[in-house]
Amino acid sequence: MRRVWQRLARDRLAAASALVLAAVAAVALLAPALAAFLGVDPNAVDLLERLAPPSGRHWLGTDEIGRDVLLRLVLGGQVSLFVGLAAALAAAVIGTAVGLLAGYRGGRLDDLLMRLTDGVIALPLLPLLIVMAALDLSKLGLPPETAGSPAASLWRIVAIIALVGWTTVARLVRGATLSVRTQDFVAAAVGQGTPPWRVMLVHILPNVASPIVVATTLSVGNVILLESVLSFLGLGIQPPVPSWGNMLTNAQELVTTAPLLAVWPGLLIFATVIACNLLGDALQDALDPTAKG
Amino acid sequence: MIRFLAARAGQSLAVLLVMSFAIYGLIGLMPGDPVDLMISADPRMTPADAARLKALYGLDRPLAARYWAWLQAALKGEFGYSRLFAKPALAALGPAIVSTAVLVGTSFALALAVALPAGVWIARRPGGRADRAVNLLCFAGISVPPFWLAILLILLFAVTWGVLPAGGVPAGPGAGIADYARHMALPVLTLVLLQAGGYLRFMRAAMIEALRQDYVRTAEAKGLGPGRVLLRHALPNALIPVVTVVALGFGGLFSGALITETMFAWPGMGKLIFDSIMGNDFNLALAALLFATLLTLLGNLLADLAYAWLDPRIVFRELRP
Repeated sequence: MRRVWQRLARDRLAAASALVLAAVAAVALLAPALAAFLGVDPNAVDLLERLAPPSGRHWLGTDEIGRDVLLRLVLGGQVSLFVGLAAALAAAVIGTAVGLLAGYRGGRLDDLLMRLTDGVIALPLLPLLIVMAALDLSKLGLPPETAGSPAASLWRIVAIIALVGWTTVARLVRGATLSVRTQDFVAAAVGQGTPPWRVMLVHILPNVASPIVVATTLSVGNVILLESVLSFLGLGIQPPVPSWGNMLTNAQELVTTAPLLAVWPGLLIFATVIACNLLGDALQDALDPTAKG
Repeated sequence: MIRFLAARAGQSLAVLLVMSFAIYGLIGLMPGDPVDLMISADPRMTPADAARLKALYGLDRPLAARYWAWLQAALKGEFGYSRLFAKPALAALGPAIVSTAVLVGTSFALALAVALPAGVWIARRPGGRADRAVNLLCFAGISVPPFWLAILLILLFAVTWGVLPAGGVPAGPGAGIADYARHMALPVLTLVLLQAGGYLRFMRAAMIEALRQDYVRTAEAKGLGPGRVLLRHALPNALIPVVTVVALGFGGLFSGALITETMFAWPGMGKLIFDSIMGNDFNLALAALLFATLLTLLGNLLADLAYAWLDPRIVFRELRP
């Protein structure tokens, strides 16, 4: 484990990525304090101050209906990070369960689960996400006030992305489980009469952890990207709750009058996603037992 | 070989069938239904009229029965009428498929033409300065939000410099090839920037792996020049996984260009899928989504075939179908 940290710390790109992510997370956590300090309400509309330039009160100016851009960016970061982490973790849990079961049990169950995985991978991802994001939840039996609430739009995004995002982890975990299963300590545990669920969770899971960590780090970036796309299209996080994606929804029309409004949210998505991807890539190298150093 | 193909094709058909049911069910959960749309278009309709219409169109029947009726019609090639285009769904789908094929085909070819040679070249010195710079660029391409990239390109090329149109396709019979190409430039550039990084990284990884093999050392020991070792000995083997990945991705490209097509108003499959879903055009959305699924499945089948065909170590009998 210490070697992993050493390798990571020597990778300057990975260190920079970790710093970027830490900074975004810290600022997002401090959002309420920042709002109090600046004395602005992120949802307060001020039609007399539309598209205002940066000032002492609005550090990054205001948007097309006079809301503070900086504060909405910070709050949008909260939403994006939450969705990214929650959906990536949920997908990792589903994928790990599927992969462990398939790899450890083998046989018909393995065939079934892997065909299911292949099937999900074969789906046209983006159109399907759009359909699921556009569903009318009240037709599923949810009361209309719950179905239309901001919390519902948040959890819906997490759920649908997790629902299609577990396949990579499932495949990696299954592969790793297949090789760990044949080792002596597993045979010893089974021989002592350890129940299968315990063998899977206590003896196999810790040994297949590194591919899970790498795949999950990479998928946080991917999830943030998908969330931003859906929110941009008006199907994800619903205004007035800000997200980096939905802040760009009107940007295409405003691109001639206020180009900076289109630049900031995209730049933050880009920086966060590339940091996740670079960190995941560095983790992969650092955790690779065959690599040198 | 034939048995393997038949088994895989059968499996793909099964997935397609399951998906058709899933998509049919999901579309039914979209806000509004055709009769609601008629009500909103005609204020004189009473609830009794609506109920009668629902019965007439079979909308009051259970999901399974409605799906069965749709499937029987679909198998005869009848996908119903498109609300948005006011013509049969398949007739609306046709031109969109052609538009997407032109756009996606061009950008796919360009992305590969950039990524594959660059990937081979950069693999010679992994960890070097050029490698690290290119790696960062690749990650930038993978990590950029597609719609934002499109906005930035529009901002630069169409607004600031005013050299290229911001979107659409040339209308009218007078539009020539050059005009068409000008309209295609920005969406193609977007797609190339988005795709090339991923392909480059695959090519690089496969090439590094191939260069580690014993036969490469043997070739070097024989005194072959570096170019010959790279191109004749390492490259063919490195291409096997790359071809597979590329084939896997190709099917998804048709719907994957959804954002780019929507941003640049390019009348292809992706924009059609988005517009039909958002415009409550259920018949068209179903047909288009199924077609997109079919293409992805075909891409997967192609990837399997390419893999087995290119790698002589794989015998079809050993492949689990």
